Amino acid sequence: MILGLVAVCAPLGDTCLSRGMTNLPPISLAHPGTLIAAVFTPWVGAGIALLIGFFASYLTALSWADLTFVLPTTAFGNVIVAFLARFWLHEPISIQRWVGIILITVGVGFVANGPSLTERPATPASNIAELGTVVEEEQVR
Amino acid sequence: MTASFPASNSGPWTAAAMIAAVIVSSTAGEVLTAAAMKSIGDLDVIRARSGLAGAMRAVLSCPLFFAGVSFLALAFFSLLFALNHLNLSLVAPASASLTLVTNAIAAKLFLKENVDRRRWTAAVLVCVGVYFLAH
Repeated sequence: MILGLVAVCAPLGDTCLSRGMTNLPPISLAHPGTLIAAVFTPWVGAGIALLIGFFASYLTALSWADLTFVLPTTAFGNVIVAFLARFWLHEPISIQRWVGIILITVGVGFVANGPSLTERPATPASNIAELGTVVEEEQVR
Repeated sequence: MTASFPASNSGPWTAAAMIAAVIVSSTAGEVLTAAAMKSIGDLDVIRARSGLAGAMRAVLSCPLFFAGVSFLALAFFSLLFALNHLNLSLVAPASASLTLVTNAIAAKLFLKENVDRRRWTAAVLVCVGVYFLAH
């Protein structure tokens, strides 16, 4: 669920940002204030709202899984967007893109079949009650 | 209704510098944020014990988190700047796929994560897949 939210919100947010930024005139480094003003345009604002949802889910995922587990899994969002484009918007998908979809799916399958967290040696101060809570949470998950 | 402006013509080195800025700041931000979340502990457990306010307090009282967010903000504005000058079809696949590889290297070096053969294979497959999908 959490990783699904991460996968969906990030590409949709990026698409909104792209649409918003291409509607603006070229921005120069000499006028950085125009970048701040861009944040308050509707498309960039919608993109930021989606990216806030992504970030909350991403932080939760990072609290119980490795970075190298979470990142490839979130790339599955690109596959979701490609399928939405094909079956909802009826956009054609080239063979090159199907190859990309297959590679990402295989890559995510590889990492998802492994452990989500690097095993660390237990510290002496480990509290048995805490460990019990973690095990219960894992079972619920 | 606003007008649509074409992307300006940037040289290959300028384009590479813009994409490199996104990758470096994004990698630093993600590694620092991951380190912060590991130091805080499982957010689901904290939320079950102290509620949503407790979970937010735990995150917002971690200095590493703010260091990570600062770099991610820098990456965000670098991305906005790059999107304003370059095409999405160049910036998105290049930054997304290369960031996966730099993150795997940084996670192994700084977070001491067990990046085994399975994870390297996944990173490379996803990296090439993102390139094919978005190019």
